[in-house]
Amino acid sequence: MRVMAQMSMVMNLDKCIGCHTCSVTCKQAWTNRSGTEYVWWNNVETRPGLGYPRTYEDQERWKGGWELGRGGRLRLKSGGRMKKLLEIFSSPTMPSLDDYYEPWTYDYDMLVSAPLQEHTPVARPYSLISGEPMKISWSANWDDDLGGSPTHMKDDPILAKVGEDIKAEFEETFMFYLPRICEHCLNPSCVSSCPSGAMYKRVEDGIVLVDQDRCRGWRQCVTGCPYKKVYFNHRTGKAEKCTFCFPRVEVGIPTVCSETCVGRLRYIGLVLYDADRVLEAASVPDEHDLLAAQRECFLDPNDPEVIEAAREAGIPEDWIEGAQRSPIWQLISRFEVALPLHPEYRTMPMVWYVPPLSPIVDRVAADGGDGEDSDTLFGAIDTMRIPMEYLAELFTAGDVDTIQTVLNRLAAMRTYMRDINLGREPRGEICEAVGMSEEDVYDMYRLLA
Amino acid sequence: MTSTDPRLDGPASEAILKAGRFFRRGTASDDLRTVTIEGGREADVFYRDRWSHDKVVRSTHGVNCTGSCSWKVYVKEGIITWEAQQTDYPDIGDDMPGYEPRGCPRGAAFSWYTYSPTRVRYPYIRGRLLELWRAARAEHADPVDAWGSIVSDTAKTAWYKRARGKGGLVRCRWEDAVEIAAAAHVYTAKTAGPDRVAGFSPIPAMSMASFGAGSRFIELFGGSMLSFYDWYADLPVASPQVFGDQTDVPESADWFNSSYLVMWGSNVPVTRTPDAHFMTEARYKGQKVVVVSPDYADNTKFADEWLHPHPGTDGALAMAMVHVVLTEFYARRATPEFERYAKQYTDLPFLVTLRTRSDGSVLPHKFVTADMVGAGVLAEDPGENAANKTVLLDAVTGRPVVPNGTLGHRFGEQGAGDWNLDLGEVDPALSLLEEREGTTEVVLPRFDTTRGDAGTITRGVPYRTIRGRDDDDNPTDLRVTTVLDLMMAQFGVGREGLPGDWPTGYDDPQPYTPAWQEEHTGVPAAQAERIGREFARNALESGGRSMILMGAGTNHWFHSDLIYRAFLALTILTGTQGVNGGGWAHYVGQEKVRPLTGFQQVAMGLDWSRPPRQMIATAFFYLHTGQWKYDAYGADTLASPTGENRFAAMSTPDLVAMSARLGWMPSFPTFSANPLDLGDEVAAAGVSAAEHVVGRIKDGSMRFAAEDPDGPGNSPKVLTVWRSNLLGSSAKGDEYFLQHLLGTDSSLRADQAPEGHRGRDMVWREDAEDGKLDLLATLDFRMTSTTLFSDLVFPAATWYEKHDLSSTDMHPFVHSFNAAIDPPWETRTDFDTFRLLAEKVSELSHGHLDTRTDVVAVPLAHDTPDALANPGGTVSDWKDGSCEPVPGRNFPKIVTVERDYRLIGEKFGSLGPLAEKAGMPVKGLLLKPDEEIGVLRRANGETRTGAGRGRPRLDTDIRMCEAILTLSGTTNGRLATQGFEQLEVRTGRELADLSRGESGKRITFADTQSRPQPVITSPEWSGSEHGGRRYSAFVINVERLKPWHTLTGRMQFFMDHDWMAEMGEQLPVYRPPLNMHELYGEPVLGSTDGSGGAGAALTVRYLTPHNKWSIHSEYQDNLLMLSLSRGGPTIWMSAEDAELIGVVDNDWVEAVNRNGVVVARAVVSHRMPSGTVYMHHAQDRTVDVPIAEASGKRGGIHNSATRILIKPSHLIGGYAHFTYAWNYIGPTGNQRDEVTVIRRRSQEVQY
Repeated sequence: MRVMAQMSMVMNLDKCIGCHTCSVTCKQAWTNRSGTEYVWWNNVETRPGLGYPRTYEDQERWKGGWELGRGGRLRLKSGGRMKKLLEIFSSPTMPSLDDYYEPWTYDYDMLVSAPLQEHTPVARPYSLISGEPMKISWSANWDDDLGGSPTHMKDDPILAKVGEDIKAEFEETFMFYLPRICEHCLNPSCVSSCPSGAMYKRVEDGIVLVDQDRCRGWRQCVTGCPYKKVYFNHRTGKAEKCTFCFPRVEVGIPTVCSETCVGRLRYIGLVLYDADRVLEAASVPDEHDLLAAQRECFLDPNDPEVIEAAREAGIPEDWIEGAQRSPIWQLISRFEVALPLHPEYRTMPMVWYVPPLSPIVDRVAADGGDGEDSDTLFGAIDTMRIPMEYLAELFTAGDVDTIQTVLNRLAAMRTYMRDINLGREPRGEICEAVGMSEEDVYDMYRLLA
Repeated sequence: MTSTDPRLDGPASEAILKAGRFFRRGTASDDLRTVTIEGGREADVFYRDRWSHDKVVRSTHGVNCTGSCSWKVYVKEGIITWEAQQTDYPDIGDDMPGYEPRGCPRGAAFSWYTYSPTRVRYPYIRGRLLELWRAARAEHADPVDAWGSIVSDTAKTAWYKRARGKGGLVRCRWEDAVEIAAAAHVYTAKTAGPDRVAGFSPIPAMSMASFGAGSRFIELFGGSMLSFYDWYADLPVASPQVFGDQTDVPESADWFNSSYLVMWGSNVPVTRTPDAHFMTEARYKGQKVVVVSPDYADNTKFADEWLHPHPGTDGALAMAMVHVVLTEFYARRATPEFERYAKQYTDLPFLVTLRTRSDGSVLPHKFVTADMVGAGVLAEDPGENAANKTVLLDAVTGRPVVPNGTLGHRFGEQGAGDWNLDLGEVDPALSLLEEREGTTEVVLPRFDTTRGDAGTITRGVPYRTIRGRDDDDNPTDLRVTTVLDLMMAQFGVGREGLPGDWPTGYDDPQPYTPAWQEEHTGVPAAQAERIGREFARNALESGGRSMILMGAGTNHWFHSDLIYRAFLALTILTGTQGVNGGGWAHYVGQEKVRPLTGFQQVAMGLDWSRPPRQMIATAFFYLHTGQWKYDAYGADTLASPTGENRFAAMSTPDLVAMSARLGWMPSFPTFSANPLDLGDEVAAAGVSAAEHVVGRIKDGSMRFAAEDPDGPGNSPKVLTVWRSNLLGSSAKGDEYFLQHLLGTDSSLRADQAPEGHRGRDMVWREDAEDGKLDLLATLDFRMTSTTLFSDLVFPAATWYEKHDLSSTDMHPFVHSFNAAIDPPWETRTDFDTFRLLAEKVSELSHGHLDTRTDVVAVPLAHDTPDALANPGGTVSDWKDGSCEPVPGRNFPKIVTVERDYRLIGEKFGSLGPLAEKAGMPVKGLLLKPDEEIGVLRRANGETRTGAGRGRPRLDTDIRMCEAILTLSGTTNGRLATQGFEQLEVRTGRELADLSRGESGKRITFADTQSRPQPVITSPEWSGSEHGGRRYSAFVINVERLKPWHTLTGRMQFFMDHDWMAEMGEQLPVYRPPLNMHELYGEPVLGSTDGSGGAGAALTVRYLTPHNKWSIHSEYQDNLLMLSLSRGGPTIWMSAEDAELIGVVDNDWVEAVNRNGVVVARAVVSHRMPSGTVYMHHAQDRTVDVPIAEASGKRGGIHNSATRILIKPSHLIGGYAHFTYAWNYIGPTGNQRDEVTVIRRRSQEVQY
């Protein structure tokens, strides 16, 4: 056992209101500079939707992350390292500016300085890249709130995988939001892709960073990251990425995105994990086993053996305490309601998500069932507007059962708490039915609400 | 898991990696996957530098937003770098989620403005005006004369007015800008009257001192402050109608206490971003969430059920839910909890007379009041104010009684101690069914035909007979029934033994069953039925914790008052009002000024002179932007078939003028004479001002300006706008503004009313001149349509560059703005600009105005004995000779105010003596700041010379904030307690305990700088924070039996004013959206021009809901918000509609109707219902708006396709809870019922 500490995050998508405050505060604090106009370390995607950059999840196209090669060996999807080294001077597979968006501004000055003229002055758009007038046709968040929309749905890589006939029809509309930052993976393919050794994972907290002095701008990291969360600064010619706000985290302040999350859906904390198990976990053949494998890498911070090993590994006492108090451990390992984003990329991502629960009961109720009744509630989840297959393709490599289990737990919490709310006798059997104790459900409620 | 040793890649790369370990720093993991580095990370320094900063300053955003979020503003080397939300809100109790981090992406993007290229850095003036000014000043040493020489020359005025909005602004010196503005004010007051000067600035709660500085200047001058709440159509008129109150609602944390939440027309994640989490979290506590929205709005994501009625039919859905509640919880079986509530807190048991028409049909008529019944009929002598004491039947004795707490108990000596809801031994009979003498059919109006025409329904009620007043020998018997019996009839809830046409069941599509509503809304009948039942059942089980969270989506319709009355019927019948976690939760535009009393004192200049001139902005703009001239339909178009033809031959503007002359609503400019000249005349004539004014009106030598808005001198001349983008945002009928108020180019396409359709009393002037305003001046920090069209632009400090106060109804805190940096370039705070203006006006007044007596006409006022003036809401118009005009009864009150214009500057900077001499009125109380003046004198220092000698200083923004806090009950426990003690005398109920524990607490400005401060429970509001509970409206009414400020003292279902009867709206009723084809000849909804495909035209509903990427027009020009959205104006439409007219996502489209033209790009989504487009609110013409094909002019703002539509019933005043207060009641500037033709335009756009 080699105990390491990792700063990680869980986002409760069920609470996300899609407001993008996180994106703006992050951008304002970190990337509102020339060279990074198009860069949003934190972005929020509407799902269904194309994401940012567009279709980044289509790894057949973008070749990010790891895959299992011959003999079950893990290799970069973009090709083995030999191949990478040999191709270092060729243009890697990576999104163009168009796939992100062409940043622009306006000639705002006209509003003040326009001479007397025929028409009311206006500020028209100009490209920040070419300086030419432009028609804006894509942005950092173009398909916001569309729920896919007829034009864009066909290009959503997740919908393509789900393969079902999901229609762009008013009555069938569904959407939810997916805020994303760098995953600070346990098995970061960006770090492995870097020919310059400029990328590294901090030993004390696992934050993945780019050494700005050493980066040579090969951009292999951009290709290597399946989440496309390493960006190329076209002014400095170097890679930049989410730093997990290390200058803040180091002094005990949360990341900007967490502190400013108005939906209060971001949980951050330390996780202790066994570094010796990571590669093994990332190499399990069945993608559906990846979730369990990654969970097994995490160490129970209350286990005396783990505590001992952590001390031996030089992890300070207050960090161990931090890991014990960490909401991450609760959500991932105790309540098991948080799931990793695209475990099938095999990078062992460390920003996890509680999948969205709502809206749930309308169709059950329409059929005459009582949406508040616990007996129909679990059935209701089957008819949730958001197809469970869609969530499964995001969080469980397609394993629908796990999604259902998680959603059932959330629904059970609501039902259990409703009795308490209305002064009725709480029913422990609701908790049992989802494999939790009343204590667990109550604690989960306190943590989530 | 694999048992074999996991490996990476192949052997070759492994070899390279192994070798590589020795050539680079850091530690490669044993499995060679990754590299970790310890120490030696100097390259991190870039991000550490980036993060470093010198200071963090608390401030917030004073845009028109309910958020009132406290922010941290980061400053580095004197430059504002970015902002993040504060996280130091006080805890709100155990087992509740906290408030922080309140904020949203728009606020987070604010600092972009500080240094942006759209920042107004210097004063600007229209070039042509400057040219004229220089020439005039060369000729006239006196600036007032100089201004006069320009504006009295129509060639000159046309020359500069025609240039408005067309560029050509040039920099000028501050001195010149202030001089021009001051000269315009003085000249206007001298030649036309101070009531020809107006100020517009919305929603003081978001920055009280910035608002208050400007309004203090305007009011000291005698100008009119224009209202905003009703103008924005955010005022729910149903609130004063039902509650007798402007708006009072729960704080957002109280949503968490609800166990059944219906979000109805309020897209909480978008429009209540900082508060939304209370809703998402409440679900975890088992709250059921229902969303009612015509599109798949953002909040639908959180819904357990989504109901999507056709736009504007929400009232029908609510009516059906009420039908279910009345059927199942009142008619089929009695629900004791609901009945108890109904008897004590509602007008349901009160008796209403039934009137028999000449054809024998019977109509509900008036509340029975004590003066109507014969001697000895009532159990006790009713005493004074009998005409305002309403009567109910005591089920125990079977006798009519006047219960405590009516309007008649509120005023006068005898009522002291009896203005309460204590029923004593009385058990009100809710229905007369059991005790009936007989039954009778009543005729009730219906408006649910497809064309919106009116019809009637005949349904039975039980009645009894009461002996009428026998002051003659021939007493009349009154046939009476109860409000509940009428409600049952209205909602079609049949009961055994009653005659009339009743639905046979929920599936019978008669008004107002679930099946009936399905035909109108498209919502399945079973769903409407179930939600109605669940709402009530949950209320029953939870003790009233069912809530409807509502907003602009339903409130901006023409008939929104009726939609809301149906909602409120649901919340009141189920006993949810005044309960934490229950009741109505209306959020749009209201924003509580929690420290209300002190704010009103300083902001309205009440400390120096009273009354202030406060105008209903809707009527002001309706008249002065010429929109009234385009209303060709008769006012009776909207009347009920059960009415008495009261509106016959009259037009809507006729009714506006009538409301003004009867003293119902304010009207400034008031008369066709300068009120300062009237002052001189009064002095010369030696009669009272009232007598003089009435005399001149009666002899025809003077008339009300509202009857002749185009008459010479009858229009406003100077308008100052601050904290607002009127012309790029709230100006409904924007093109009418440009055309008539400003006299420049517009895209207005409508035709004026033809002869014979111009009303009865209005003066029609063919030669009316456009460009009524001589001066439009704006204070702003960014360029908007308003600054572009202004003659003068004052460069304003941003919210991060000044001191101010913020509060809201969304949370119970008061917190501060603070200057992170000093105002840069030549910018100044609003406070400083208005102070300069006040001083300059005083300087220029010498010899022009000096001291004058101003004759002010004031409407009958809410929360005063004026409410007693017209019992029964019976209307007679003195103009038709049926009675005499009597000021204070059927004519405005006439009050004189002496103004020494030379002292305005000095008065501005000191708190005047009336604060303690005349007291500080608030909600019918009169607070005495006997100790507070001393406190304030010590805190602020005292003025040593001039008019304010010995008075507390108000010469800085911080000192103004200090005065607001010191003089208000919510922030000064001593005053709160004093107010409650007054109320105790009137109500005879214990109340002062609610604040006595905090009598010694006074929140100072310094307190608000340290962290948000929770306010103190105060009689300024109806809820209680006592004991750390969450604020919910009417808690004091329910728990302490303090009456509502209505006629009955209870929540009112029935409204008996003559005009309510005329409109057919005595009871909640469904009225569909207006038919714009019938009213204005717009194409029929859904019609196409038949061409098909690209370029085809389709007529759709044109809705303007609030925008995700802006707060009104603020932020919609912000590069961060533009980068996260579509980069410019958009119109959302459904996939079906887009296909029908050949539009694909991001195509340029044009929306064209009679009001104007809008150019935008299409956003196509299946989340939109077909037949409706959304042009999100307040997309200005400043960013990426090309030239329109339809007009050849710059494409407009969202309000270029809308206009004002005045609903006659909103003009009612002078009666009980219909009496006027500013922003309290009045005609709304609603715009939801609009339609437009939309089509794909050429994709080649020109700018």
